[in-house]
Parts: sequence; C-alpha cells; structure tokens
Amino acid sequence: MLDLPHARSADASGNEAPLPASFDLRNEAEAAGITATLQQLDQELIGLKPVKDRVRQIASLLLIERIRQRAGLVSSPPTLHMSFTGNPGTGKTTVALRMAKILHGLGFVRRGQVISVTRDDLVGQYIGHTAPKTKEILKKAMGGVLFIDEAYYLHRPDNERDYGQEAIEILLQVMENQREDLVVILAGYGERMTNFFASNPGFRSRIAHHIEFPDYSEAELLFIGELMLRERGYRLSAAARKAFVDYIALRRTQPLFSNARSIRNAIDRMRLRQADRLVSDLDRMLELSDLETIDSADVLASRVFGGGPVVDGQAAGSAK
Amino acid sequence: MRLTQGCFSFLPDLTDDQIYKQVQYCLANGWAVNIEFTDDPHPRSTYWEMWGLPMFDLADAAGVMMELAECRRVYGDRYIRLSGFDASHGWESVRISFIVNRPPQEVEFELLRQEVAGRSVRYTTVRRPPQHVSP
Ligand SMILES: Nc1ncnc2c1ncn2[C@@H]1O[C@H](COP(=O)(O)OP(=O)(O)OP(=O)(O)O)[C@@H](O)[C@H]1O
Ligand SMILES: [Mg+2]
Repeated sequence: MLDLPHARSADASGNEAPLPASFDLRNEAEAAGITATLQQLDQELIGLKPVKDRVRQIASLLLIERIRQRAGLVSSPPTLHMSFTGNPGTGKTTVALRMAKILHGLGFVRRGQVISVTRDDLVGQYIGHTAPKTKEILKKAMGGVLFIDEAYYLHRPDNERDYGQEAIEILLQVMENQREDLVVILAGYGERMTNFFASNPGFRSRIAHHIEFPDYSEAELLFIGELMLRERGYRLSAAARKAFVDYIALRRTQPLFSNARSIRNAIDRMRLRQADRLVSDLDRMLELSDLETIDSADVLASRVFGGGPVVDGQAAGSAK
Repeated sequence: MRLTQGCFSFLPDLTDDQIYKQVQYCLANGWAVNIEFTDDPHPRSTYWEMWGLPMFDLADAAGVMMELAECRRVYGDRYIRLSGFDASHGWESVRISFIVNRPPQEVEFELLRQEVAGRSVRYTTVRRPPQHVSP
C-alpha cells in the first residue's frame, strides 16, 4: 500500500543499470495506459476533433518526456495547466476527468483525483476566510487535478477589494511553485475567459494549453444521443430517429440550448414518456423490444415541437 | 540535549522526502494528520498547539507538506511534530507521532532526585536554561 515514488525523490540511487539505448514506443505507450485511454476517449466522445488532437499531442509530449528522462537526456517537467473554453455542454468537464486519467497514467500527477470547484468553494465571506478556504481545496487537489469551472467569477472587476483576488494570488503562487504537485484546469465560456485572462495576465502566462471546445453539429448531436441511448439500453425506432433529427434541428435554435447536456435531458424526458406510454395500457403483454424502443410518439410529444419556449431544467440551473 | 520523543527520534532527523512518505502512509491508512508545535516540549506536556485543523481526506501528502512549510516559516524556532490520528472504532488514538522541526538550540532537561519518607525516591524532570550547544 505504499505510495508511488515521489517525483522529487526520483532517481536518488547512484548506481543504476546502464541506460537502454533504444525504446519500444508501442510498449511504452501501452505500459503508460495511454493507448487505451486515448482509444476510449475517441469512442466515448463524439466529435471534438480539435480537443482530441490536442489531448493526443499532450499525451505524446508526456510520453516522450518520460522516455527522455529514462534515457538520461535533459528533461524538464512540462507545464500542464490548461484552460478549456466552450459553450455549455460541450464536454469540458468530461474531458477534464479524462485528462486526469491520462496525466496519472503517465505519472505526471501522482494520484489522479479531480477536485471540481467554483468560486464559492475558493472565496470566503469575510476577511481572513478566503486563504484557508482556498488552501483547503488546494490540499485536497494536490497530486491530482484542480478543475475550476467558470473561473472568471474569481475576478470581479467592479470591486477592487473583492476577496476573489486573494484566491487568485494563492492559486498563481501554487501554480508556479508546485507544478509537479498539481495541475490546474480552468474552464468557462469563451469570451468571458478571454476577458478574464486579459485582466489577469498571471493566469494567462502560467497556462500552457488553451483548448477550445467547438459546438456540436446536428449530426454529432444525433450520434451523441444514440450513444447515450445505447449506454442506457434503449434504441430509437426508425420513425423516432427521424423525429429526433427534427427535434435536434429545432432545439438548437431555441434559447438555453446547451449542446450534449440538452440532448441528455431530452433523452431522460423521452424515457419518461416511453414509460408513461407503456404503463397507460396495462392490459397487454410487453415484449422485450417494447421495453427497449423509443417510439416517435415519445419524441414528438416534446414541447419543442409546440413552438413554445422549452425550459431545459438543467441548462437553466447550475452547470454540472 | 537532543530531544527524543515519538517515533524515529533516535535516528537522524527525517528529510522532507522521508516525512512525505510517512505522511502518505498515514493518509493511505485514513488517519487524520496533525501538525503541532511548542516551545515547551516537557515530557509531561502532552498537548502541543495545533497548526490549523487536522487534515484528512487528502489524496496526497503534498498538501500536508505545504502546511508544514508554512508552519516552519512561522514557528521555525520551536519544536514541530506530526501525528496521525486513527479515528476507527477500537483505536481512536494517535498511531504515529514524530518530530519534524527542532529549534536551533534544543531545550535542556534535568532529572532531580528527592529522598522522601520511607527511603522512597521522587523524581522530577525540570527544564534548565540552555547551557551548551548540542553536538
Ligand atoms: N462529445 C461527447 N460525446 C458524448 N457525450 C458527451 C460529449 N460531450 C458532452 N457529452 C455529455 O454531455 C453532458 C455534459 O457534458 P459536460 O458536463 O462535460 O459539459 P461542460 O462543457 O462541462 O458544460 P458546462 O460548461 O455547462 O459545465 C455529459 O453528460 C457528457 O457525458
Ligand atoms: Mg462543466
């Protein structure tokens, strides 16, 4: 149950075996578990090409860095702090979780836990409250990834004495001095993040990877929906699939649309209607296929088709 | 005089890497890790001042090391110890405790012997003002 070797105490022994002259890249990648993780990332997340490319690049850098270290070449631990920008429901949180796994697999974070926080978790209510709060979170995140959602709320430009500034300063210090203990990922919506970085150049310069999450196309949303249904053990009938295509096209133009999350919520409501439809007729024998199939009626009953505004329960609430 | 209390105190002082590993061991066992400091390490002085709150639910010892660095910065001229408290049923007590910081000049204690009625002897440990620098 003892821990992994601590980064700082690595290669302490003087008399090592002679350095290997060549490395089997495939073995190395597989041993680090990145081949599997990247494949899983590819399969379980639809679209997001620029994001996946960037994740692959980072993983490659880390792998090579690790081999260089073992080969005795000069290697400096890369800066891994990142920022994820993109609209609601584009998969930022999901990718952050995967990122932690990749970093852990490659040994660049020691434990691989993700601590997900927002302003309220870091910033206190009165003088002297913020520093202990921020440090408490930092301590929990050490050895893993600290994910700060909607990071721009830390900075309140209209209030010079806002306690958020104190949290920012502590974060900046730890991001600089304890790079091998902690990776910080900031996330938020594009434009506001840009403003945030403009007024906090310290953050901008400490972050090596700025990754943008594009909105999903209609085709991608359909894939995501089908993937989610498959994961939950459902499938769409041919007519339902057609209705779902229409649903996506309509829903995308309506307010409070939040990409994959809206799809997830739609699916939850479709399951609700399907169950309701099945239960409404108690006098029939159910087939297995009845249980699995979402019918066009379950899709078409949505308010989206009624022309009225939908209230997307979770999209309007907090982003989690 | 070199103070010997808790684990490892007859060994050379632990390096930070060694402290890190001990703390990680505590965390892996689910013990709460405490940082305590004092300028009065008399053997009878059981309770030292606490630096912050007990730390549990941490994944990695780096968080404890961060607090320890801060405590040393403020109270580097005192004794600092780390302890691991096991809250599980049946234990409910400190499982490990060791010194992680000593003042530049260690304290001196003296054992006083007093003969009392019936030829019994009463011992008292008293603190002396420092007289010589410890080797
Ligand atoms: N590319 C994708 N493929 C499959 N499912 C996805 C994809 N992107 C997002 N999802 C799903 O959509 C939901 C919302 O994603 P996530 O929480 O990661 O979005 P977010 O970008 O963090 O949103 P917010 O900015 O509102 O916090 C999750 O259930 C996630 O599994
Ligand atoms: Mg999110």
